[in-house]
Amino acid sequence: MISKYVIIGGGVASTGCIEGIRKVDPSGGITLITAEPYLTYCRPLISYLLEGKTTLEKMLYRPESFYEKNGVRVMLATKSERIDPERKTVMLSDGTSIGYEKLLCATGSVPFVPPFEGLDTVKSKFSFLTLDDALELERAITPESRVFIVGAGLIGLKCAEGIHGRVGSITVCDLAPQVLASILDSDSANIVEETLQSHGINLILGDTVAKFEENVAILQSGASVEFDVLVLAVGVRPNVALVRDAGGKIGRGIIVDDTMLTSLPDVYAAGDCTESFDITSSSSRVLAILPNAYMQGECAGINMAEGYSSYANAVPMNSVGFFGLHIATAGTYTGELHEIRTPGCLKKLYVNEGRLVGFIIIGDTTRAGIYTSLIRNKTPLDEIDFELIKNYPSLMAFSGNSRLKMLGGVV
Amino acid sequence: MKRVYVNEKWCLGCRLCEYNCAFANSGEKDMVKALKGKKIYPRIRVDEHDGITFAVSCRHCEDPICVKSCIAGALSKEGDGMVKLDRTKCVGCLTCVLVCPYGAVVQDERGAALKCELCLTNTAGYPACVKGCPNAAIVYEERD
Repeated sequence: MISKYVIIGGGVASTGCIEGIRKVDPSGGITLITAEPYLTYCRPLISYLLEGKTTLEKMLYRPESFYEKNGVRVMLATKSERIDPERKTVMLSDGTSIGYEKLLCATGSVPFVPPFEGLDTVKSKFSFLTLDDALELERAITPESRVFIVGAGLIGLKCAEGIHGRVGSITVCDLAPQVLASILDSDSANIVEETLQSHGINLILGDTVAKFEENVAILQSGASVEFDVLVLAVGVRPNVALVRDAGGKIGRGIIVDDTMLTSLPDVYAAGDCTESFDITSSSSRVLAILPNAYMQGECAGINMAEGYSSYANAVPMNSVGFFGLHIATAGTYTGELHEIRTPGCLKKLYVNEGRLVGFIIIGDTTRAGIYTSLIRNKTPLDEIDFELIKNYPSLMAFSGNSRLKMLGGVV
Repeated sequence: MKRVYVNEKWCLGCRLCEYNCAFANSGEKDMVKALKGKKIYPRIRVDEHDGITFAVSCRHCEDPICVKSCIAGALSKEGDGMVKLDRTKCVGCLTCVLVCPYGAVVQDERGAALKCELCLTNTAGYPACVKGCPNAAIVYEERD
């Protein structure tokens, strides 16, 4: 079988790709191959599902009709085993293969599980990345369960929030001396830690597991934690295997150019499996965030359909809340720090070479997008009234002419 | 498509647009009942500084970054061009607030996202902010 466009991976990058292709090519055949048994759903919502804030139906990223409407043949629960870039085919787990003109590899990430001694003696252990992970965890927990989560990053903490109130106790540990080490500094993390602890979540920081003995974790410090259910949320790694094995260039993730083309002809890649060029740190990084996946996927789709699109302004960013406490972060935390503390809100703005390059906001994140936009557009701060909006972001900071363009025309 | 445009030269800063917006989206028939003594959550907001005032609401961007960034698939832009929010899908992560360059996505009483839908999804049927603006500082029209 041959399909003009083949997409491997059913995450959000695949939807971006489909929508990108259809902007240029209204009818070329698209085949979506996904190892999961579900149509594209919102992965970051799995904790909200456990919390009861969404449902399986509402978690669908696009309506079921989306695929038929866009002429997409969907192959669920189908694993792609190998890409043959010479013959331009993808070998599938059922032994068949599918030919492509243009291929997107959007295989996301896989959980990184350190080789903890004795991990095989733990009976009830889970990752927290996919819908199936969440559903399996849900089946395993009871109101008495003592849950031990290894990893106080976004995944581990969202998991904790998701099962809060449905289990006996939750303990989270992390080798880092603070929570959310990838997006917060210790100051701002402190506020989040207090909020988590005030909701009864036990935090063990600066310490991690040395070994497991069935339902006991012995930590490096010598302390021990007894648990009934273990969640491993240490981190994720880009799932690069297919492109790597086909001879494509890999760094930390799959290496792509600004059009999302890999080093293999007609093979594109998008989403968590790739590296992006982060304009705020001027370095290639894996930006495993949903907006990035969509925008890369869309860019790839347009180029696969022989339109032209370039995605060269990636900015790391996160907006997330825990028990009603909001966190908005973007960019990189270097340069001159402007710190504003108001009741219930900590704001840190980082200015480097006359431009805003990053921020951390804990609390009121109102209009944070105005800051994010200054970062993305590399707006010289001497062109706006930056003083005015350090405390409260507003279009007031721009000149009347700039504002006229923003509010008086089609943008 | 027709959009809401503001002209700050004519804006009095009276904030009637905010009240009319909150009323139009309240589902109530009586303005006093809808607004009196209540915290309002208008989808258009007036900014005021140093004699300058203007209102901001969703620009219904041609290429909306909020739609692409929504982690819940709750924001969409269909053929009519309007950027729409399915509030039943929104989980309140506020990624849209983090990315909107205009600061035009606000929060509702639950802390979830809220945005202008041009009064086409409520019973007003025509932007209430425009209809009630005493100085024609907000208009609803087709522009290039």
